[in-house]
Amino acid sequence: MLSIRAAGPGLAPAFRRTAFIQPILRNPAALRLALSKRSIQIQSLPPSASQEISDSQRIKRPSSPHFTIYQPQLTWLGSIANRVTGSALSVLLYGFAISYLTLPVIGIPFTSADIVHLAASLPDYATYTLKALLAAPFAFHSLNGLRHLGWDAGKFLTLKGAYRSGYVVLGATAASTIALVLM
Amino acid sequence: MSLARSSLALNNVRTSAVRSLATSAARRQAVAQERQPIQKEFKIYRWNPDEPAKKPTLQSYTVDLNACGPMVLDALIKIKNEVDPTLTFRRSCREGICGSCAMNIDGQNTLACLCRIDRNAGKDTKIYPLPHMYIVKDLVPDLTLFYKQYKSIEPFLKNHKLPEKGEYLQSPEDRRKLDGMYECILCACCSTSCPSYWWNQDEYLGPATLMQAYRWMADSRDTYGRERKEKLQNDLSLYRCHTIFNCARTCPKGLNPAAAIAKIKLELASE
Repeated sequence: MLSIRAAGPGLAPAFRRTAFIQPILRNPAALRLALSKRSIQIQSLPPSASQEISDSQRIKRPSSPHFTIYQPQLTWLGSIANRVTGSALSVLLYGFAISYLTLPVIGIPFTSADIVHLAASLPDYATYTLKALLAAPFAFHSLNGLRHLGWDAGKFLTLKGAYRSGYVVLGATAASTIALVLM
Repeated sequence: MSLARSSLALNNVRTSAVRSLATSAARRQAVAQERQPIQKEFKIYRWNPDEPAKKPTLQSYTVDLNACGPMVLDALIKIKNEVDPTLTFRRSCREGICGSCAMNIDGQNTLACLCRIDRNAGKDTKIYPLPHMYIVKDLVPDLTLFYKQYKSIEPFLKNHKLPEKGEYLQSPEDRRKLDGMYECILCACCSTSCPSYWWNQDEYLGPATLMQAYRWMADSRDTYGRERKEKLQNDLSLYRCHTIFNCARTCPKGLNPAAAIAKIKLELASE
């Protein structure tokens, strides 16, 4: 079997044009245009060559764009936020615990007394900012965790349920962040 | 080209005006006013396999919405017929039952034939192929892997014994369990909207395939539920689903793959 590749714009425009051959014949300029468009080169290739062509195309074929073009929605942005806050909180927990254990050994002051002293010496705005930066991810991740437990138990599994629970989590996050900051 | 199009629109005005001459002058004017062209810009993802080294680009086309059907697919067909015959996309039924024209329109995966054109001419409409898929050409993604995954769940009735006579029978209640799942047309909108599927599509089956997996588990006539579930008992095939709900949000048929997957998880956990 020979595979045939048509170079140029393809046969369809030329075929379509022949349907209107009568008016074209009356117009020499249009006739010339139609004839020039019909000059199509056809190459006959063995199957092996056609395989090569599609392979060479496939090697460089792009992957279509994804998160850069997808509409921002509560669904997937919430999921990403859950991940980011979870990772950040884990890093912080492990980082703090390991520092607490190792830093005093090598002579850097990082005992409970030092930390209390450091927190007391900070100006008010810095304490509130730091507290908010800690409280917001903690509140969101904990509350969204409850939402996930609900899903795993088969609750609010409709689209409406997902959105409602999402907004409830966002509202509750805001409220508990404020409460934690003022504590 | 725009000159040719506006003269075409003018022709339309004239024919409609002549046609309504028989009725009344007021109506004739109303029709003529309706036909003011609405020039809408469409930005469409282009990539040509014959020039594989060229980066994909967004190409801009302007369409008069008053000389075009109401759906995005109508605009695409109009562009292909009248402006640029090299524009490539899949389409078939034009009524949302074949699933061929699935693409990303204004940031959401949907069927072009079911998606109305936003008639606000001040805002362009961006059309991309389904996200994170290899591109064959322009808006045509390579769905080979998607179909392979669907095949891998054995999407057909399996029963250990033949029915005593005739066919396998099912109560109306059991039949109702399949509602909301059998309607899936495998357009791949949900799977390609799923971030988990973007990052792990070589091993994660994706929402469309998993909902069909559950469709056969939930079928009272199928007795291979245990085997079907065993196949999913691993880290990646099923459990990459993090209940994101992009699938249910985007499904052009209004189905809910996220709920089906959650039910599989629940059944696997409570076994």
